[in-house]
Amino acid sequence: MLRRTLLATAAAGLGLMTAGGAMAAGMDKVKACFVYVGPIGDGGWTYQHHQGALAVQEAYGDKVEIQYQESVPEGADAERVLTQMALGGCNIIFTTSFGYMDPTNAVAAKFPDVKFEHATGFKREHPNVSTYNARFYEGRAVQGTIAGMMTKSNKIGYIGSFPIPEVMNGINAYYLAAKKVNPNVELSVVWAFTWFDPAKEADSAKALIDQGVDVIAAHTDSTAPLAEAAKAGGAVIGFGQASDMEAYKPSPRVSSIIDNWAPYYVERVGALLDGTYEQSDVWAGIAGGEVLIGDITDAVPAEVKAAAEKVRDDIAAGTLHPFTGPIKKQDGSDWLAEGATAPDGDLLGMNFYVEGITGDIPK
Amino acid sequence: MDFGGINPVILIASLMVASVPILLAALGELVTEKAGVLNLGVEGMMIMGAICGFITAVHSGSPVAGFVGGALGGAALSLVFAFVTQVLLANQVATGLALTLFGLGLSSLMGQNYNGIKPPLTGALLPATLREIPVVGPIVFGHDWMVYLSILVVAAVWWVLKATRLGLILRAVGESHEAAHALGYRVRLIRLGAIAFGGALAGLGGAYISLVRVPQWVDGITAGAGWIALAIVVFASWKPWRALIGAYLFGGITVLQLNLQAAGSRIPVEYLSMSPYLVTILVLVIMSSGRGRAALNAPAALGQNFHATR
Repeated sequence: MLRRTLLATAAAGLGLMTAGGAMAAGMDKVKACFVYVGPIGDGGWTYQHHQGALAVQEAYGDKVEIQYQESVPEGADAERVLTQMALGGCNIIFTTSFGYMDPTNAVAAKFPDVKFEHATGFKREHPNVSTYNARFYEGRAVQGTIAGMMTKSNKIGYIGSFPIPEVMNGINAYYLAAKKVNPNVELSVVWAFTWFDPAKEADSAKALIDQGVDVIAAHTDSTAPLAEAAKAGGAVIGFGQASDMEAYKPSPRVSSIIDNWAPYYVERVGALLDGTYEQSDVWAGIAGGEVLIGDITDAVPAEVKAAAEKVRDDIAAGTLHPFTGPIKKQDGSDWLAEGATAPDGDLLGMNFYVEGITGDIPK
Repeated sequence: MDFGGINPVILIASLMVASVPILLAALGELVTEKAGVLNLGVEGMMIMGAICGFITAVHSGSPVAGFVGGALGGAALSLVFAFVTQVLLANQVATGLALTLFGLGLSSLMGQNYNGIKPPLTGALLPATLREIPVVGPIVFGHDWMVYLSILVVAAVWWVLKATRLGLILRAVGESHEAAHALGYRVRLIRLGAIAFGGALAGLGGAYISLVRVPQWVDGITAGAGWIALAIVVFASWKPWRALIGAYLFGGITVLQLNLQAAGSRIPVEYLSMSPYLVTILVLVIMSSGRGRAALNAPAALGQNFHATR
C-alpha cells in the first residue's frame, strides 16, 4: 500500500517535473503565423488581426518571425494552408475566422508540437488548440442604444453574415438595447451569407436603406455598407465594424466596435517565448480591453452620446449585462427570468431571435 | 403604392443602377459575337476595367478619367485575346477561359496597394429639383451619367448593327467570313476591332462596379458578373434591346431578393439568393426549347477562326 502510494507519488512528481521542465524551457525564437479570411486591406476584421500581428513583431523584434496568408477560404483550402504552415516551421498558428474551426482541430491532431489558436470558435479537441474570442455583443449594446435614439423612421437594420451564435448575439443585443430606449423600434435583418463581398454588402445596405432603414449595423468585414450609407448624404448612419473605419467619420460612421487583438497576441506569443504557455479559452469584452468602442462623433446629439457612453461604462464596470431578463425568445417562450443574466453557454450556442424581431433565421 | 412592403419606384430605380455593369459587358460581347468571335474572357476584362478604372480615378481625381482608364484596361486585355486567336489562330474557347483567369490574377496584383482607398464620387447628373418629381423623378432623372450612357450605347449598337454599312460588314464577317473575305473585307482586322470594342465595354462595366456601385477596390470584385453577361447575350438572341431587358431582369431579381429580405418576407433566404441564377437558367432553357429561332439567330461563323489561305 505504502509502496504503491509512494510509487504513484513519485510517478506524479516525475510527471510534473517533466511537464514543468518542458514548460520552463521556453523558446529562443518563435515563428507566429496568421491565417486571414479576407485581404488585410478590408479595413475591418482582417486588418485588425493584422494590426495584432504587427504588434507582436513590434513587441519582440528579432525573437519572432511573422508569417501570414490572406484571403484563405473557410473549408478544405484552410486545411491545406494550415498544414503548409505547420510543415513550414510555424510554432504557433492563429486562425482568425469562425469557419476555420474544424480545419484547425483536424490539422492540430497531426502536429501536436505546434500551438493552434482559433478565434471565435468553441472546439478544443486537442491539448494544443486554444480558443479566443471577444464579447462583441457588448459593443452591439452600445450601438443599439445609439440606433434606438437616433432613428427617425424607427427602422434599424443589421447586415448579418452567417447565422452563427456570434452573429445572433450581436443582432439580439443590438435590438434589445435599441428597444430599451425606443419601444417603437423595428429591426430588419438582411443575411449576406458572406464575410467579405463588398458588392453584396453594399447591395444589402442599399436594400435596407430602400426599405426606410436609417441606422445600419453590419456584421460583415468591409467598409462597403458605410460607403453606401454615405451616399444618403447624412440621412443614414452606421458603425465601424471590427476596425474603427475612421475614414467615414463623423458621419455616417458615428461610432465603432474595434477588435483589439494586439494585447492577446502579444501575451500568447510571449508565453510561448518564456515557456508559460498553456491551453486556454479566453472570452474578454469591454472590461478586458478586447472590445473597444470607437470615438462617438458629434454627428449624434450630446445626450445620445452620454447615454451610449453610460452603457459602455456600466458594461465595463460589470453593473450592466446586455442580456438581462426578463427576455423571451421570438416564439414567446421564456429565456431569462426577471433580473437573470445570460449564462455564457447560452450565448455561445445562441440560435434564436429574441421576442420582437420579425423574420426567420435561415438554417 | 407598396407591394409586400416594397416600393416599386425605388425598386426600378435601383435595378437600373444594379444592371449597368452586366448590361455594358453584355453589349460588348454581343458586338464581338456578331463579328463571329466567342470571347469567354468577359469576366477577366471586366475586372481589369475595374482595377484600371479605379487606379486612374484615384490618381487623377476624376471619375470620368477613371471610366476612360477602365475602358482602356479592358480593351488592352482583349487585345491579348485578339492577338492569340486572330494572329496565332488559337482556340477561342480555351483562350477566353485563360483570359478570365489571367485577368483575375493580374488585377489582384495591380490592386495590391489600393485596398481601402476611396475613389472620387460619381454624383447624380441632373439637378435635385428634377429628381424630386414623384415616380418619374427617381426612375428617369435620379441617376449618374453612366446609367444614361449605358442606355445610349444600347441604342447606338442597335442602330449601327441594323442600319449602317459598318453593321452590315460586321454581320457579314460573323455570318460567313469566307464570303466577306471574297468581297474584299479584311476579316481579321474587323474582328480585331470588334474584340477591342467588346473589351472596352466590359472594362467600362467593371469600372462602374469599382467606382460607383461598391465603390472601392477588392480582389475579385466583379464576382461572376462577366458570366452573367455571357448568358445575357444568348438570352437576348444577339439583339441589343433584348440584352437590355435581360440585364434589367437579372439586376431586378438581385435587387428584389435583398429588398424582400429587408422588408421581412417569409420566403427563406436561400431561395431568394439563388433565384437570379435559377431564372437565368429557366429563361435560357425556354429560349432554346423553341428549336431553331434562338439557335438560328446565332452568327453562323461564331467561334471559328479565319485564315485567308485555307
